[in-house]
Amino acid sequence: MSAATLAGLTGAVLAGLGLYGFIIHPDPLRRVLAFNVLGSGVFLLFGILARRGAAAGLLADPVPQALVITGIVVAFAATALAVALLVRLSEETGRVGLHAEVPAQTPGDGADG
Amino acid sequence: MIVQVLDIGLVALLLTLAGWTILARFTFPAVVSYVAYGLLLSLIWVRLFAVDVALTEAAIGGGFTGVLLIAAASRLRTTTPTEQGPAAPLRWAVAVLSALATLALAIVVLLLPDPSPTLAPQAIDNIAITGLGNPVTAVLIAYRAFDTMLEKCVLVLAVVGVWSVASDRYWGGAPSAPRAVAQSGALTLFAQLLPPLGILIGIRIFWVGADEPGGAFQGGAILAAMWMIVMMASLGDAPAISKRWIRIAVVAGPIVFIGVGVLGFATAGGFLAYPAGIAKTVIIFVEIFMTLSIAAALPMLVAGPPIQAPRL
Amino acid sequence: MTLVLNLFSIGAICAGLVFFVAGTVGLLRFPDPLSRLHALTKADNIGLGLVVLGLLPFANGVLGGLKLMVVWVLVQLSGATVGQLIAQSMRRNGPNA
Repeated sequence: MSAATLAGLTGAVLAGLGLYGFIIHPDPLRRVLAFNVLGSGVFLLFGILARRGAAAGLLADPVPQALVITGIVVAFAATALAVALLVRLSEETGRVGLHAEVPAQTPGDGADG
Repeated sequence: MIVQVLDIGLVALLLTLAGWTILARFTFPAVVSYVAYGLLLSLIWVRLFAVDVALTEAAIGGGFTGVLLIAAASRLRTTTPTEQGPAAPLRWAVAVLSALATLALAIVVLLLPDPSPTLAPQAIDNIAITGLGNPVTAVLIAYRAFDTMLEKCVLVLAVVGVWSVASDRYWGGAPSAPRAVAQSGALTLFAQLLPPLGILIGIRIFWVGADEPGGAFQGGAILAAMWMIVMMASLGDAPAISKRWIRIAVVAGPIVFIGVGVLGFATAGGFLAYPAGIAKTVIIFVEIFMTLSIAAALPMLVAGPPIQAPRL
Repeated sequence: MTLVLNLFSIGAICAGLVFFVAGTVGLLRFPDPLSRLHALTKADNIGLGLVVLGLLPFANGVLGGLKLMVVWVLVQLSGATVGQLIAQSMRRNGPNA
């Protein structure tokens, strides 16, 4: 099978792995990791579309490549925001998790709700 | 035949690393495995003949995301999780669900139309007007300039979002970039030797993006990495977020892009239309500010919210 | 001439690969972090150097060859720095996992 088809199947497996990790893990940082794996799997699917669109003297269709570049940067921005929220949450409450427990407001902190 | 073996070996290694990232018991090995996974993924992009994407994945996907996650893992190491993972039956159900998703995507991959629809001919036909030689750059800055402009705005929004999770009394202060625990001669020497060369390489990769693989994102990421090395070696501090120069640097890219777009109404008859004849000059002009913005925004995203009170 | 160049390239790259395999085996089998570091830096420096040497005949002119050498020098620089940092951290904290 060609490199493109192999890469596409890899992307499918990565997307499945990322989905599994995203749903299973209780730790939000592991979820962010799994989300990134899921994202890169989807980007590989774009990559196979680009490679199969080779025409007009180019080796790969440039439009999906541009979309993937945009996607990588946006995924990094989203990861950075998620990490900032996680670190802040852990500083405020000492715990990290997505449970809807309302922590007691510690006095003297000055942070608004 | 040899190429097939190499491909299969690369894919097997990649899937092993991804599996380790998802299934490892502790967080730090998972993060380290993700960094290696990102770098290996850029090799697969080269196999798909998408060199621009490979550069971006290595720089931003592997490098910057890796630094971000390692810093986060070390900061979150002492926290306790609030919930347990799901029990075994639920895990099996989720595994079956993920396998179904993989199967669906694999079927789509195997049943793609042949010959597949492609926009490459249109991209090549119109590239002479833009004056560029690299079709991916042409798509990014000329054909789909609107998407790229919105992406720059997303970066600015992410920076604002990261800054705004600081607590009230720290607003306007300086964040603390991840830095080495102790003074190290080796790191200081490294941070004095590498940045001049790295800045040169970053500017070159940005400049050749017009005709060869490269471009504003890749060059900007390398410049950002050089600044991060200087901060990590304690040779420079992360700037206080109230400083005017960092704010201007972060928003310069989108503002110039939007400005050129609005000017496009007057000069070429549409938003983000470039006047024929000076199209390449306008594109390079926009790209310079984009590179500056990316080089300013990426380290700020890694540094995080301010944690010191502003010095008055 | 081309045959000699091809043989030289294959020979150099295979020699480099030997060092890479040795470095990997050392990483997996050596008992403590300092010796593993030693194995890794050997793979970095001379293994990559031999691979770059093998690729030089196929580089794009003198400038391409110079770029390959710059890649080798940069990898050595960063490998040496990281090796120093890890060893210093180990000396401070004792052999961590």
